[in-house]
Amino acid sequence: MSTHVSLEPPRTGNPGRSQRYRSRKGPGKVTRGNFELYSWLFMRASGVLLVFLVLGHLFIMMVTDGGVEKIGFAFVAGRWASPWWQFWDLMQLWLAMIHGTNGMRTVINDYADKDRTRAILKGLLYTAAVLTVALGTLVIFTFDPSIKG
Amino acid sequence: MASGAQGAKGTLYRGREGMWSWVAQRVTGVLLFFFLFAHVLDTALVRVSPHTYNQVIGTYKNPVVNLLEVGLVGAVMFHAFNGLRIIAIDFWSKGPKYQRQLLWVVVGLWAVLMLGFLEPMMQHTFHEWFGW
Ligand code: HEM
Repeated sequence: MSTHVSLEPPRTGNPGRSQRYRSRKGPGKVTRGNFELYSWLFMRASGVLLVFLVLGHLFIMMVTDGGVEKIGFAFVAGRWASPWWQFWDLMQLWLAMIHGTNGMRTVINDYADKDRTRAILKGLLYTAAVLTVALGTLVIFTFDPSIKG
Repeated sequence: MASGAQGAKGTLYRGREGMWSWVAQRVTGVLLFFFLFAHVLDTALVRVSPHTYNQVIGTYKNPVVNLLEVGLVGAVMFHAFNGLRIIAIDFWSKGPKYQRQLLWVVVGLWAVLMLGFLEPMMQHTFHEWFGW
């Protein structure tokens, strides 16, 4: 195995942007702000919550009550009649979507070399994320069990 | 990786458990992101009509789609347990030292849960293919 190492500065929190986060602590001190720290912490905190939310979701959907066969409009209507399951699904949607989007941001930062490519990919990512969260939230809150068809 | 992460083969990260679990965490994370996007869209069909929703959800009963679904559940479970392993490595003082052993705990938990999920998830497919 080669011992050769080539290092590039991490692109996450790129230096151009960090200029805006000049520390007020003293002259000449440049900091990046704490965004990446909070992002790192959020990935872990949301991860712990998602273990319960997502594995619970899979268990209820696929194992209990005769497995996946039961899933249909009537089953959804029964669940969302309860604020508890509405809240569960809302938390799951928001946490998974923010966690996933932030994870995808890291992946894009790692592989997209050109500034322009990175900007386009992140633009698409954030647009998709906002639309998905908005649509999902709307569906949970405006669900109508007596809709026709 | 901390210097405590020494196995019999030294501190090499590349090509060993640490690297491959990172690759798997990344691949499963990206997969889950795209699935979540699709899953919010298919669930949104409950706002169109019960018939449309049931019809689209019905495609999950197709044996091939069912197998993909099993793969997806496997991806979620690996990502979840390995995610907890990452958290343990970051916050537990002995985490970095035991990162390899923790990976085998992850794989073991994964295998047990997958076995438990397999029968209830694949009932329909087993019935269709083998008449069970
Ligand atoms: C089920 C519980 C989950 C746990 C415990 C978990 C935990 C984690 C952890 C600890 C990381 C590493 C973050 C870092 O390196 O800073 C991560 C990364 C990631 N997660 Fe999750 N996660 C979970 C669910 C999800 C879901 C549902 C999605 C998709 C919507 C997702 C998408 C991602 C992505 C895209 C990454 C980035 C991978 C990378 O940078 O290589 N995760 N997750």
